[in-house]
Amino acid sequence: MSSVISKASKAEGTDSALARHPREVGAAPAAVCLCDAVASLGGRPVLRGVDLKVRPGEVVALLGANGSGKSTTVKSVIGAVPLERGGLELFGTPYAKFRAWHRIGYVPQRTTAASGVPATVREVVSTGRLPQHGLLPFRRKDKAAVDRALAQVGMLDRAEDGVAGLSGGQHQRVLIARALVGSPELLIMDEPMAGVDVASQQVLADTLRQEVGRGTAVLLVLHELGPLEPLIDRTVVLRDGCVAYDGPPHPSTGQHALPGHDHVHPHGDDHLTTPGLLA
Amino acid sequence: MTEMLSYDFMQRALIAAVLVGITAPAVGIYLVQRRQALMGDGMGHVALTGVGLGFFFQTSPVWMAVLVCVLGAVVMELVRSRGNQRGDIALAMLFYGGMACGKMLVSMSAQAGNGSLESYLWGSILTVAPSDLITITVLAAVVIAVTIGLRRQLFAICQDEEFARVTGLPVRVLNLLLAVMAAVTVTVAMRVVGLLLVSALMVVPVVAAQQLTRSFAMTQAASIGVGVLVAVAGVAGSYQADLPSGPTIVLLAIVVFAVLSAVATPLARRRHRAASDHGPEVCEVRLPDQQQGRTEDSVTSRGLAQ
Repeated sequence: MSSVISKASKAEGTDSALARHPREVGAAPAAVCLCDAVASLGGRPVLRGVDLKVRPGEVVALLGANGSGKSTTVKSVIGAVPLERGGLELFGTPYAKFRAWHRIGYVPQRTTAASGVPATVREVVSTGRLPQHGLLPFRRKDKAAVDRALAQVGMLDRAEDGVAGLSGGQHQRVLIARALVGSPELLIMDEPMAGVDVASQQVLADTLRQEVGRGTAVLLVLHELGPLEPLIDRTVVLRDGCVAYDGPPHPSTGQHALPGHDHVHPHGDDHLTTPGLLA
Repeated sequence: MTEMLSYDFMQRALIAAVLVGITAPAVGIYLVQRRQALMGDGMGHVALTGVGLGFFFQTSPVWMAVLVCVLGAVVMELVRSRGNQRGDIALAMLFYGGMACGKMLVSMSAQAGNGSLESYLWGSILTVAPSDLITITVLAAVVIAVTIGLRRQLFAICQDEEFARVTGLPVRVLNLLLAVMAAVTVTVAMRVVGLLLVSALMVVPVVAAQQLTRSFAMTQAASIGVGVLVAVAGVAGSYQADLPSGPTIVLLAIVVFAVLSAVATPLARRRHRAASDHGPEVCEVRLPDQQQGRTEDSVTSRGLAQ
């Protein structure tokens, strides 16, 4: 019964396919299903028909040069950039009807802009628990979840410290703990390795490995595959707002294989600078 | 000193001062967190139109100010959330239009002269009428319930709005709620501090408190403490020395800020020293790592040049 439908659903990528088969009966629906996404920022078209699917438990890396639309793709997946055309489904539910935000953990690109008022590591991580308690008070089990997430990224001993005094890598670990605190089924991370010291990169890779082992699906924007390479099931390479490659990771299919990248962070690995797929 | 408590007007002014001292920093901390510290100032300008309408139609200036200020706050929030590049110009129109309109209406009304407008602009301890006090108390109770009861939620939307959206919080509703609370606070505070100085009491206690605090919750609590202290002391000083209450309160707040920041530096240094006692010097541990990073970096930059 389900084989017919799941076969039909392979004809993904168009609006009509989405409309006919809103969910794959029998199989769990894709965590993310972005279809023919078109979006622009300030009048400039940034996404020009991007198809992106992340299946449950799958680790997908989104690669591409600066300005190719990686971050915008991620922002449209979380609804921060509205789509002008195309469809978005999260866990089989159209975006407009999606309410199960507790299933998603989001790690934004780290910014250096500090907030105007001090806040502790614990306070920032606690906001990740809002999908669970919403407008209700914070309870003891919420606090336990925060402790667990902080321990997972090795920041429990810094819980009462201010976020303003953290290094780039520590700050990134805090943002990841904030996403993990609700035990999400899908992690969305925008450049988690950018500006992160080697020690923190190792912590992040270990944390991600644990999460993937737990069956969490991951959508990552990456500059290059780097130390995360063994975890990645599939890479999607964007170029000028279109998908240029979608398939298994290719060695050194990273930012370095692409024209126009800039180098912003240290490396823990010996990556090759051989020309990649798109060179 | 205690003799001032025997006057009804002073009792009312002191109660109003306590309420203002709590509400203004309790709301202001979110505006400071979002780097919108001057929003309260704009709202004060807009509220003047409400005061003018109150004079003109001979109704309660406080309630009219609440109404106009809430409308103004909703417009400001919509301008902000659109991220409009011409947003600041729209706000300038709103602020100065509100101010001009207020003065115009007051001068057109038969009821009151300029002396009365003056008390709304700079605050006065003589003008808190019994009916005003009831209004102020009700409004302050609402503001306190929202800003302290929804601390985590409002903290989240001011800390990282994009992330807050992904948690499924009703971000737009909460933003509007915060804007409305700020507007209500402006009108609560205007009798004691004055519309032109309202914003100071929303910002200065917060900035003063955060000289010594590391967490948001502590900053909020401490800024409320500073707010109540300077508001009550300012009103009392205003009575003793026959000074206008608004400027007295604001100057006191700035003195507290100066004292706390002078204390903060040696305290931070001591805390730093205590922290470094726990482990070895950072650079000793980091040195090999850094070196490694540097060599790798040079390798990759060679790669870049290829």
